Amino acid sequence: MTAAAPTAGAGAPITSSGPSLLTQAHWAIIDTLTITRRNLLVWIRVPAYIMFTVIQPVMFVLLFAYVFGGAISVPGVPGGYVNFLLPGIIAQTAAFATFGTAIALAQELQKGVIDRLKSMPMARSAVLAGRLVADTGRMFVTIVIVIGVGYAVGFRFQNGFGLAVAMVVLATVFGLAICCISAFTGLAIGDEESVQAFGLVWLFPLTFLSSAFVPIATMPGWLQAFANNNPVTFVVNAMRAMALGGPIEADLLKSIAWLAGIFIVFAPLAVRAYKRAG
Amino acid sequence: MSAATSGPAILVEGLTKSFGEVHALRGIDLSVPRGTVLGVLGPNGAGKTTAVRILTTLLLPDGGRALVEGYDVVRQAGAVRRTIGLSGQSAAIQEELTGRENLELVGRLYHLSWPNARSRAVELLEQFGLSDAANRPAKTYSGGMQRRLDLAASLVGAPKVLFLDEPTTGLDPRSRLGMWEIIRSLVAAGTTTLLTTQYLDEADELADEIVVIDHGLVIAAGTAEELKGRVGGDVLEFTVPDRNRLADAAEAIARIGEGEPHMDKETGVINVGVGGRGSEALIEAVRGLDGAGVQTQGLALRRPSLDDVFLALTGHAAEEDGEPGGRKRGRRRGRRSGGSDAAKAVSS
Repeated sequence: MTAAAPTAGAGAPITSSGPSLLTQAHWAIIDTLTITRRNLLVWIRVPAYIMFTVIQPVMFVLLFAYVFGGAISVPGVPGGYVNFLLPGIIAQTAAFATFGTAIALAQELQKGVIDRLKSMPMARSAVLAGRLVADTGRMFVTIVIVIGVGYAVGFRFQNGFGLAVAMVVLATVFGLAICCISAFTGLAIGDEESVQAFGLVWLFPLTFLSSAFVPIATMPGWLQAFANNNPVTFVVNAMRAMALGGPIEADLLKSIAWLAGIFIVFAPLAVRAYKRAG
Repeated sequence: MSAATSGPAILVEGLTKSFGEVHALRGIDLSVPRGTVLGVLGPNGAGKTTAVRILTTLLLPDGGRALVEGYDVVRQAGAVRRTIGLSGQSAAIQEELTGRENLELVGRLYHLSWPNARSRAVELLEQFGLSDAANRPAKTYSGGMQRRLDLAASLVGAPKVLFLDEPTTGLDPRSRLGMWEIIRSLVAAGTTTLLTTQYLDEADELADEIVVIDHGLVIAAGTAEELKGRVGGDVLEFTVPDRNRLADAAEAIARIGEGEPHMDKETGVINVGVGGRGSEALIEAVRGLDGAGVQTQGLALRRPSLDDVFLALTGHAAEEDGEPGGRKRGRRRGRRSGGSDAAKAVSS
């Protein structure tokens, strides 16, 4: 077969039927980076976006540490409420950062930007992938800032550098999972104001009705039932154990199971919504 | 596999598309020779946007087939995307980025190298009179400038076939004229263009051939002159403030027009096609109305509008009905008009 095949037809059909898989993958990555770069450029150009991703989490840290913190007792937590709070704030911040994902996609849909991009000979996966990459980068910056502010108000990692890094990684993966849900809602709803309103409806309960800000034992019984089974609780508990010490494994395994489940369900839904969008 | 080197740039046969119960396209045929401009004329909801979305590979048809430069829009969508440019009803640009950055971004997505993307952007900004604003964020641009930038973006890939979906909707008259100028120069350079519009004068200015679509069907096709011939030349129009005298006014001008005068009892507007004898008809109308003692406002001759074409072709006015062309657009329009369509549906 490889010897002498002078007649046409040998390799011809492959080349004429379009670029090879490798070339396609190459361009998909380049296109994703181009879209990522665009999204980050837009982000740094809009003061309101910077406000939302930087100032707001800082306000939350200060608000909970100084205003509510005194009223919340966390027996047995080394270093007190600030140490208890920081992993929770980081998870909440990562989840709230995905508001931007949903809103940006809805805007692009409304303005016809997605139509334009879909009518171009670029990788179709790049718009969504570039959005997720840029927003994860944005989220990571916010997490680092929150940790910095946390250190200023007395937060200290108790469990070594390795587990501190592991906590940041878990928070980022959690944010990325929530990002998939937000991307889906943004594309499926496709209207900026509705997306914003809907975001409040699910993101607020999801993050606040968990162990993120207060010990679940202080909640009324019916709420405990929800909070104890909220995936955010598992993620925050695992992060807290990584940062401060204590058993990690059980909460980490439940977190991984939940996050995997969210990816398996919502990543394809987001892709489908993107394909149908418009 | 390869594109036909002869034959029309766009060929559409029996194209159908439904959204649930709404039949947006009910079997349309189009053929656009290379280097010419086809104007697709119709009211909101006629199916124009649906047709454009199918031809630009954004939407799959239910039936029929469509070829662009010989490539099938369903089976060879990738090849179609390499030959087309699309400029939609709103400016699909990134407002936070500058004009130059917007075009460079599109160039990069067409897989131009950075230097090539940059020089293509500079070239297009120059061509579209945006050089002075090149380094300003696009959100500081006027509506007309944003649309020009959007059109420039659709040309980055040097498309053989250009789709312009209502390129001047929402623009002020001066920006419209500027846009026409630009479109004309593109067409002169040989770009095959399919242009949808709600305005007869726009199709008249820019298109070699016009098709009129209504409720998902092509109801007329021909040159602008041929279509206007079917309306009957100029239109005489005036308003009767006293609605009780409407019938008298119609009676007074009944003999000067070609066909029956059309009157709108709600607005008190009467109009009638007067063919090629404009000024003569105007004088007769003044005499007739004066003789009947009917007071009028805004008595004037005007060129036939889309409404007149529709009236002549379909017997009904080009009313605003729902837009089945896209969920997104329907939603957007719905918001702007305060959901009046939905309200109507509920109240009726």
